[in-house]
Amino acid sequence: MTIAPAISTELTAVTQEAPQPGWWRRLPTKAKVGVVLFGLFVLTAIIGPLVTPYDPSYQNPSPSASMNPPNAAHLLGTTQSGQDVLSQLLVGIRLTLELGLIVGAVATALAVIVGVTSAFLGGFWDELLSLITNVFLVIPALPLLIVLLGYFPNRGEAPTIIVLALLGWPWGARVMRAQTLAIRNRDFVAASRETGERTWRIITFEIVPNEVSLIAASFVNTVLYAIGASVALAFIGVADLNSWSLGTMLYWAQSQQALQLGAWWWFVPPGLAVALMGTALVLLNTGIDELGNPRLRDASSASRIAGRWLRPADPTPVLSEVSYRRKGLASFLHSFSRSSLLDNAEAGEGR
Amino acid sequence: MSFIVRRLIFYVVAAWVALTINFFIPRLVPGNAVESIMAKFPNLQPSAYRALEALLGVGNPGSLWHQYWAYLADISHLDFGTSVSEYPAQVSTLLGEALPWTIILVGTATVIAFLVGTALGIAAGWRHGGGLDRVLPGLMFLQAIPYFFFALILLELFAVKVHVFPIAQGYSQGLIPGWNGAFISSAIYHSLLPALTIVLTSIAGWMLQMRNVMITTTGEDYVVAAQAKGLHNRRVVLTYAARNAILPQLQGFGLAIGFVVSGALVMEIVFSYPGIGLLLINSVSSNDYALTQAIFLVITFAVLLANLIVDVIIVFVDPRARAREATR
Repeated sequence: MTIAPAISTELTAVTQEAPQPGWWRRLPTKAKVGVVLFGLFVLTAIIGPLVTPYDPSYQNPSPSASMNPPNAAHLLGTTQSGQDVLSQLLVGIRLTLELGLIVGAVATALAVIVGVTSAFLGGFWDELLSLITNVFLVIPALPLLIVLLGYFPNRGEAPTIIVLALLGWPWGARVMRAQTLAIRNRDFVAASRETGERTWRIITFEIVPNEVSLIAASFVNTVLYAIGASVALAFIGVADLNSWSLGTMLYWAQSQQALQLGAWWWFVPPGLAVALMGTALVLLNTGIDELGNPRLRDASSASRIAGRWLRPADPTPVLSEVSYRRKGLASFLHSFSRSSLLDNAEAGEGR
Repeated sequence: MSFIVRRLIFYVVAAWVALTINFFIPRLVPGNAVESIMAKFPNLQPSAYRALEALLGVGNPGSLWHQYWAYLADISHLDFGTSVSEYPAQVSTLLGEALPWTIILVGTATVIAFLVGTALGIAAGWRHGGGLDRVLPGLMFLQAIPYFFFALILLELFAVKVHVFPIAQGYSQGLIPGWNGAFISSAIYHSLLPALTIVLTSIAGWMLQMRNVMITTTGEDYVVAAQAKGLHNRRVVLTYAARNAILPQLQGFGLAIGFVVSGALVMEIVFSYPGIGLLLINSVSSNDYALTQAIFLVITFAVLLANLIVDVIIVFVDPRARAREATR
């Protein structure tokens, strides 16, 4: 462990992820907007359900309360059965965000476990896990989710979270595996192995901390997937339709003909909330990307020469797939993957 | 063994995994599904009981192994069983009616979105920091909108407020589907708004991806060398930078196609478009498990086929891959 600190300072310089004083100023503008926007949603999710003006499920029996456009009593109008849209929205944002964050955490944990394990086992087991990952990447998730959840007698939140998390890990696992392969060949890992550290210790204290920015990006992506999928599922009617989420709001608006009746205040707020939440996450993700890869940044560091924007050479190594020689069964399994096509090592073997 | 054959084997394995998952899902569900379905549909003939039992694997019609082989044999004959909600229609008949609508609409719109998005991405990546980069946040917003919500907005604007486009269905009422001018023009007219939805919401993703790959590629030495030689700018962009950036883009296309198709299916519901998506929601709301499961399989097979086509295109586009194919 005596060698580790010296090497880890070199590494932070490479991956540029150490938060130092003034980190907020150095954050790309897109990421700032994303953080603020997402923060607003988190705040709404925490405070919103406490300050709802009405019970979201309360159906006002008087006909005059039905389908009101936005007014002083109902800031976002009412539904066909006289329910307050604002109250539903405030409760719905919490449920949707909660589900997205839980699924994101569980699926990202699975992705890290599968990806890192795969890269560390190497050989046959690595290729087998990659094959399974690729199979689940290519099978479309939404129809499978519908079939799986369709059989649950009560389509509550828990089964949705479990199924979404079980199908949400392959993309992250792929990225984590590639990054772990790149890191495990670095000197500091070899050094800690020489000092006799156990494998689990190398993984948890040397490898995973160096993948934090990638794990964060993977988490943001998975939350995005979970929110999109859960809203689509609820819109189709595969959800607990007695609870209020952004998806079930859209389901009721669609099934009770909000569009045909001209009640835009009924379906625009939940849809806009989903879209803005998604935008915040996409912005966050591009921000994380730009932190890791300065080439993608805006033109602040570039200068215009002969009509073209040129920027200083990029000091950050761009994440690349490490190719290594495979033997026997591992090589056989690998040859079925799409990436085998662009593998230079195997091109040499072919000749 | 050539790359394409190996990929074909991979997709067969993926299809087998999907088939097996599909086989085991109803058999792992607790409770008597047949009774609950029969209770929901009082108009079902008693003969449907046996068909449901066979489908759901209850009532013990032979060992699990035997059921599995019978199931695979049925699927290979495109026999997906009988629909409960449209009894006694065969599931395969219903699928056959809906599939062409979806394939033509989603296929055409996705290819258009990919081509236009990639072209815009090339331009944005080359002129990094230029005008196209300034619309990026707007594009990210478009990308984050669920397809079906964007469809609702377009309908509100162009069908409810201004009557430019029809509000629903795949063709005008009163027309009989067939190969005649009136029907085809009506079908195209009705598909314009759904197609626009797919193109506008998915274009941003392709553009962003291509832009990022282009930015990385334009920093490569061979692009700088091409410029130093004094080659025409267009030649440098298209045959040096974009030619190399297109390969990761195509791989991304293969991976994303499942998401695009899923989003497009949900969108069909908003337009009451007579495709697979509408069939799917009807089957879900009426607990027509045979139909839902068959739709899952059909969508999966379509996505696998699209991926195989992408692989063929990659081999065709990438000279290294072609060279390797020749030596094998």
